Amino acid sequence: MADMTLNQTAPRGLGLPRVNGRAVVMTLYLVFLLLPIYWLVNMSLKTNTEILNVFSLWPRNLTFANYAKILTDSSWYMGYVNSLIYVVMNTAISITVALPAAYAFSRYSFLGDKHLFFWLLTNRMAPPAVFALPFFQFYSSVGLFDTHIAVALAHCLFNVPLAVWILEGFMRGVPKEIDETAYIDGYSFGRFFIRIFTPLIASGIGVAAFFCFMFSWVELLLSRTLTSVNAKPIAATMTRTVSASGLDWGVLAAAGVLTIVPGALVIYFVRNYIAKGFALGRV
Amino acid sequence: MAKITLDNLAHSYLANPTSEDDYALKELNHVWNDGEAYALLGASGCGKSTLLNIISGLLKPSRGRILFNDQDVTDAATAERNIAQVFQFPVVYDTMTVRDNLAFPLRNRGRDEAYVAERVQEIARMIGMEAELDRKARGLTADAKQKISLGRGMVRKEVNALLFDEPLTVIDPHMKWELRTQLKSLHHEFGHTMIYVTHDQTEALTFADKVVVMYDGRVVQIGTPQELFETPAHTFVGYFIGSPGMNVIPATIEGNVANVNGSRVPLSQAFGKLDGKVEIGVRPEYATLSASEGLPVKVRRVEDVGRHKIIRAEFFGNDINIIADEGAAIGADMNRVVFDPAHINVYANDWRVEGEAA
Amino acid sequence: MEKTVNQKAWFLVLPVLLLVAFSAVIPLMTVVNYSVQDTFGNNVFFWAGLEWFTEVLESDRMWAALGRQLVFSGIILAIELPLGIFVALNMPKKGFWASVCLVLMALPLLIPWNVVGTIWQIFGRVDIGLLGHTLDAFGIDYNYTQGFIAAWATVIVMDVWHWTSLVALLAYAGLQSIPDAYYQAAKIDQASRWKVFRYIELPKMQGVLMIAILLRFMDSFMIYTEPFVVTGGGPGNSTTFLSIDLVKMALGQFDLGPAAASRSCTSW
Repeated sequence: MADMTLNQTAPRGLGLPRVNGRAVVMTLYLVFLLLPIYWLVNMSLKTNTEILNVFSLWPRNLTFANYAKILTDSSWYMGYVNSLIYVVMNTAISITVALPAAYAFSRYSFLGDKHLFFWLLTNRMAPPAVFALPFFQFYSSVGLFDTHIAVALAHCLFNVPLAVWILEGFMRGVPKEIDETAYIDGYSFGRFFIRIFTPLIASGIGVAAFFCFMFSWVELLLSRTLTSVNAKPIAATMTRTVSASGLDWGVLAAAGVLTIVPGALVIYFVRNYIAKGFALGRV
Repeated sequence: MAKITLDNLAHSYLANPTSEDDYALKELNHVWNDGEAYALLGASGCGKSTLLNIISGLLKPSRGRILFNDQDVTDAATAERNIAQVFQFPVVYDTMTVRDNLAFPLRNRGRDEAYVAERVQEIARMIGMEAELDRKARGLTADAKQKISLGRGMVRKEVNALLFDEPLTVIDPHMKWELRTQLKSLHHEFGHTMIYVTHDQTEALTFADKVVVMYDGRVVQIGTPQELFETPAHTFVGYFIGSPGMNVIPATIEGNVANVNGSRVPLSQAFGKLDGKVEIGVRPEYATLSASEGLPVKVRRVEDVGRHKIIRAEFFGNDINIIADEGAAIGADMNRVVFDPAHINVYANDWRVEGEAA
Repeated sequence: MEKTVNQKAWFLVLPVLLLVAFSAVIPLMTVVNYSVQDTFGNNVFFWAGLEWFTEVLESDRMWAALGRQLVFSGIILAIELPLGIFVALNMPKKGFWASVCLVLMALPLLIPWNVVGTIWQIFGRVDIGLLGHTLDAFGIDYNYTQGFIAAWATVIVMDVWHWTSLVALLAYAGLQSIPDAYYQAAKIDQASRWKVFRYIELPKMQGVLMIAILLRFMDSFMIYTEPFVVTGGGPGNSTTFLSIDLVKMALGQFDLGPAAASRSCTSW
């Protein structure tokens, strides 16, 4: 931490150009983060021959064939569609049920509220590996196996508690007087909730949606266990094709790059709320 | 302790200020005399905190120099300037005890423990927190925390200046008086140069020897409370100081007579030709309601505020206020107003114009 | 905030309750019931459960996996926590570069976990990966499928790569909540950089750092996909962590048949 001591004596927040330790540290860290991703992108733009025979830091023969293959083959691109469908479904369901519950936890005290809240959070901690087999059995027995809704519901296991937790944090920041004034003004609960309260915690909803999207998108164990053909997620498509063809590194890399894109887009849209979001509204 | 000189100082938060409006602090030349207590008074956003932060070195001015005892410190870091500053909201080190909080500035400067203990005890007595010395600062009330911040500001004896940035905002009214009195007695005892930023005129007038009034990034008047009251240099000072503020009435001036809507108001001084927007300013305290003499006025409402009565009236289309004694009877026939000629100020384009003896 | 006592609030919580019950409690109960009926019959349910429990406790394999797990969790926390705080302290406070850092740092968090594994599997390969190739060029014997140290190093660096940003972003959120006046006061009090960190920044980050430690500790216990993709738990059992071991064991216990088994695990 030696370099921090040095630059801290300079005046703060002046934005004067100076070579500082901060920039060096951040550059090194970001290079560390981006190098493996760059390598994946690099590979995705090469032919398999080049990948295996020439070691090059950038593609010598730039090719988009790997991407073309994924985007024209329905067994590939349907994976993306499937993933997006269940992720969006899960986000919508999670937020919809979490909103009233978070409101109840933030505003009222009722029998067993603390226990219930804690129990919800313990579900967040449950390892998917333990739940995979029971889920498979259960959803098969009720005939939901290999449907988008099955994966969306399964992911609710960890996303609903998280959404409740985040939203509760944001709702606590809204003064109770606002509710009371609205009721005095003759608003019904439903109308107040939709017309007045929801806009007030819009950023909280955005943050919660971001996290639901994130955890549903990155999760693979459950989504893979609960699907076979019709709702198979892209991440699963990826591994399977690899094990079948064995050496198709270019397509594998391209598929990997394409799984990063939706996440990157979502991050870009919520970038101004990320910091607050990661504190789950509790700072 | 030091004399602080501001030399052609100006500051803008923009990187490349183009017009005058881009400056949060407009060009300023001023000397803060060694050992005086100043209040920096102005509405929110007038640049007073900016000025304070420039003096303490937290901000570097865009233009101009700052000198402490004629030594240029414009580029010196805060620590080198040896200044104490107390902020609007309490800053305490939560994980430390009250004692360690108070000792922090001294220990950081390597003072010996015996001296530290003695100073801490003294300050604790002054802010009335001797009993809480060994408590953790976390969990104390906002005003207890602010008292710690004040104490930390005062713990070093040899500071060049003590700066206060609206320090009593979070303190309850009773404690406010007490702390302000403490600050004043501290000032008398040690003779620190003190600058006290506030938007509360009562605080400013009771604390300071000299009050510096700022308006829109500019210092509009520096004077004793008396001067600010009697001869406001700018209509803003007249309006901002006093409760209610000065009555400002558009007029034309001919020699020693002001002409308000065709009616004549005698003045105690004579004036030459004045350009631009010309107004006369009269404090409500120097206006008297009368049944027989003066100019016609329409009384709208009388407010009894305890010590005196405030009469809200209309004077040739302008709203004016008149202050009458608590005991004064206000009859329905009292529909004229008299202004004391000795206390009428004349303003051209908002700035006060000095006349010649008539 | 004062909360009003209102039992009707239960109606607001009901949807969540039903949903979580549907997606968590019922599946678990069905399976326990099913497996017990199928395997032992109703009467011996309690004893069978206990036996299974004892068996697990007595198994060396299980204890070894738990030991590896604790070492792994300990190492990644010891790296990610200080590194995350350090990165957060060096992040720009606001402006364009702050957004750039936030977006780039959040990127690894939004990559599907098996893709994270794939990225590092490729990156570390001596023949086609930048890392492996570079290490090889320096004459370092690096092969994560063969070498014990290489396997561990890869799994740990991968986890640091994947999750340090989470700690950093949490710490950053904590730092953002510190008003400027604190830094200004510290400057006036002539506090050193270390004291600013120790007495201002660390106390303010305490809450979010607790969240970070809890999340990282628990999530590292659940870690399954990434190391499995890279090392498959090997070489030998050297990177078989608790979750990987549990899945192997659960497969043996419940014996759900080749279809389910292959679908959930073997084709990784």
